[in-house]
Amino acid sequence: MSRTYLNVQRTGPLATIQDLGRPGMAGLGVGTSGAADTTSLRLANRLVGNPEGLAAVEITLGGLEITMTISSMVAITGAPCPATVNGHAVDPNTPVWLPANGTLRLQPPSHGLRSYLAVRGGIDVPPVLGSRSTDTLSGLGPEPLRPGMRLPIGPPEADFPAVDLAPVPAPAVAPILRVIAGPREDWFTSDALTLLCDQPYRVGSDSNRIGLRLHGKRPLSRRIPDELPPEAMVLGALQVPPSGQPILFLADHPVTGGYPVIAVVVEADLHHAAQVRPGQQLHFRLLS
Amino acid sequence: MRILRCGERAALVEFDSAEQVLGLFRGLRAEPPDGVANLVPAARTLLIGYDPETLDFSRLADALKHWPVATATADHAGELTIPVRYDGEDLVQIAEDTRLDVDEVVRRHTAAVYTVAFCGFAPGFGYLTGLDPALHLPRLNTPRTRVPAGAVAIAGGYTGVYPRPSPGGWRIVGHTDEIVWNIDRDPPALFTPGLTVRFTQVTE
Repeated sequence: MSRTYLNVQRTGPLATIQDLGRPGMAGLGVGTSGAADTTSLRLANRLVGNPEGLAAVEITLGGLEITMTISSMVAITGAPCPATVNGHAVDPNTPVWLPANGTLRLQPPSHGLRSYLAVRGGIDVPPVLGSRSTDTLSGLGPEPLRPGMRLPIGPPEADFPAVDLAPVPAPAVAPILRVIAGPREDWFTSDALTLLCDQPYRVGSDSNRIGLRLHGKRPLSRRIPDELPPEAMVLGALQVPPSGQPILFLADHPVTGGYPVIAVVVEADLHHAAQVRPGQQLHFRLLS
Repeated sequence: MRILRCGERAALVEFDSAEQVLGLFRGLRAEPPDGVANLVPAARTLLIGYDPETLDFSRLADALKHWPVATATADHAGELTIPVRYDGEDLVQIAEDTRLDVDEVVRRHTAAVYTVAFCGFAPGFGYLTGLDPALHLPRLNTPRTRVPAGAVAIAGGYTGVYPRPSPGGWRIVGHTDEIVWNIDRDPPALFTPGLTVRFTQVTE
């Protein structure tokens, strides 16, 4: 059976290959990486009958245009991009049949940030350290998509998908992210956690897969002024540099850091963090 | 030892010394409790990642309080020797700042026995402890935008080798041809936590 290829005609601001990353190697300085919104990646894969962890395309702010060499089943999830196949509108969150050499075009989404395009069989580029994810901080993994690229598709699983439409809530306008205090809440003044949860934070334009740069009206103040010897950092950590404005660590965060982490966002709420746009606001709520 | 909660699936264990961190790291690596997924040593801490379905923070904290913490001695994995051409861009300045001559700086860098305390900053970048206190200097005021792969450098109490070209603020003493990071090798990183390392001088 001949191989299927995905041909990239155009990309928007950023399109990378992502799966569930390369966990367990932080001790070697290798971050997990992987899809910023794992919920949407997993759904896209389920919709085309793939194992949830196969590699798909993570698309930031739409703009992707592709063709397939052989007719293929695809699905688009995450931020709602108006999508067409050969000019005809197709729905998100459902399997879509893309005829051979037909053009799938994704417009920028009206809200949300990252969309996922899964192809039945998965994107089958060679894995690096067990994963096909592009780590934008370390450079590990495949290169970001660019026009002219040809991506091989893997063989499909035997089972055919059972889901034909997944109702998915729209991304929240001003999400509330639940946090667990620590590990370094005692490096901050006693009112810092309260302040973190009382004031809204605006997402800065220099946010990316490494983290959200957040801006609150009042900076968080330190109680311990010392330098923190570098320590391991986790996904969802709210690391606070000397400015007092936190960075919310996302998929490509550094594995160690020298600024204290005041709290960590719970895993279940991270998909919101992966979908907020610069200029949007979010809030934190402390879990006891 | 302090045990701090770090999100839903990690505990951060804090010690007074790098040796204690490595002691617990080696113990847990040799006999990981059920549910421990990941161990990330760092300067004064060990992050223990766990599966919250199997293990919870209080049970892990209790187990750790009773864990025999051996202070790290030599790693049974052996010793790594890194050949270095001591032609670093910062060598002359280091000599001035430490009030030693260049030969003495080189002698002190090659005389020490180092331990890989932890990795961070980039894949395969090992922070090595054991640097002669006479060579302890802060990072450069202005980091370089590009340090070549194989650059051997010092900062604070650490020495290290840059695994690939990157920006860097450490002071460069020399260069090695050893490939410290190779994704096609198993393990890909030459420097793994706990390993003993020495540097030797080569002239070519």
